[in-house]
Amino acid sequence: MSTTLEAPRSPYSRSPKKRGINWEKWGWIYMRASGVVLVVLIFGHLFVNLMIGEGVSALNFAFVAGKLTNPFWQTWDVLMLWLALIHGGNGMRTLVNDYATTRLTRGILKSSILAAVVILIVLGTLVIYTFDACPAGSPADLLPSFCSAN
Amino acid sequence: MPQQSAETLASQQKTTSRRPAGTLYRGREGMWSWVLHRITGVAIFFFLLVHILDTALVRVSPEAYNGVISSYQTPIMGLGETALVAAIVFHAFNGLRIILIDFWNAKYQKVMFYVVIGLWVVTMLAFVPRHLMNVFSD
Repeated sequence: MSTTLEAPRSPYSRSPKKRGINWEKWGWIYMRASGVVLVVLIFGHLFVNLMIGEGVSALNFAFVAGKLTNPFWQTWDVLMLWLALIHGGNGMRTLVNDYATTRLTRGILKSSILAAVVILIVLGTLVIYTFDACPAGSPADLLPSFCSAN
Repeated sequence: MPQQSAETLASQQKTTSRRPAGTLYRGREGMWSWVLHRITGVAIFFFLLVHILDTALVRVSPEAYNGVISSYQTPIMGLGETALVAAIVFHAFNGLRIILIDFWNAKYQKVMFYVVIGLWVVTMLAFVPRHLMNVFSD
């Protein structure tokens, strides 16, 4: 029985070309594409919420209500929510792959990350699109001024 | 054969040298930017989880939201927010640096690391005094 040796310098043979989507490649592209958009979205978010006016001391329900009734900020926040959570979740997945040594811990950690990302995306999206800026029975001084206008 | 072992020895000396050369991720700027990118990324991820939950309280009641947000307006949390922004700004600028390494030219990665540090300092100089004034006034 004779075995044939490959030439030493030949590239290592990959398993027969798998058909389908190369998820790792798209993950890599996603990190870069979402990263660029997130720089703009998050810097804008920080500037409007922490720099303009009184900054962090001006934040309250009325301030958030004013933003979340505006379609521009609704879209801004939903984009930020989805892009940031998937970007962060994929980043955490990379760390788990690097540092978790057994198959079981990798599985547990990655399912936890996936669960957290999915639950928070659903929760956040629901909050943004079902938000009520003028909930009935709330003290008027906690609500945005436009609630008492009509 | 002796020739080969001499070659192996030389390559071993090369790889165990205390001053690695020709690598982006071992030692110096390349490694430290990578380490910082990971640490800031993890910190931002966990803040993001908490931040979505606290913001979700706007759907519960104005009192519930104002209650949790007032805990963000204390001096200690104000310092925490400074650290958070510091982490975000580094992660953002270093992320752009990574994109430039991948799509433009890896040759400038060291220079770009110092540009990242410079932009980070400038951004923090613009943010920190203003934020601390908002946190510590009245």
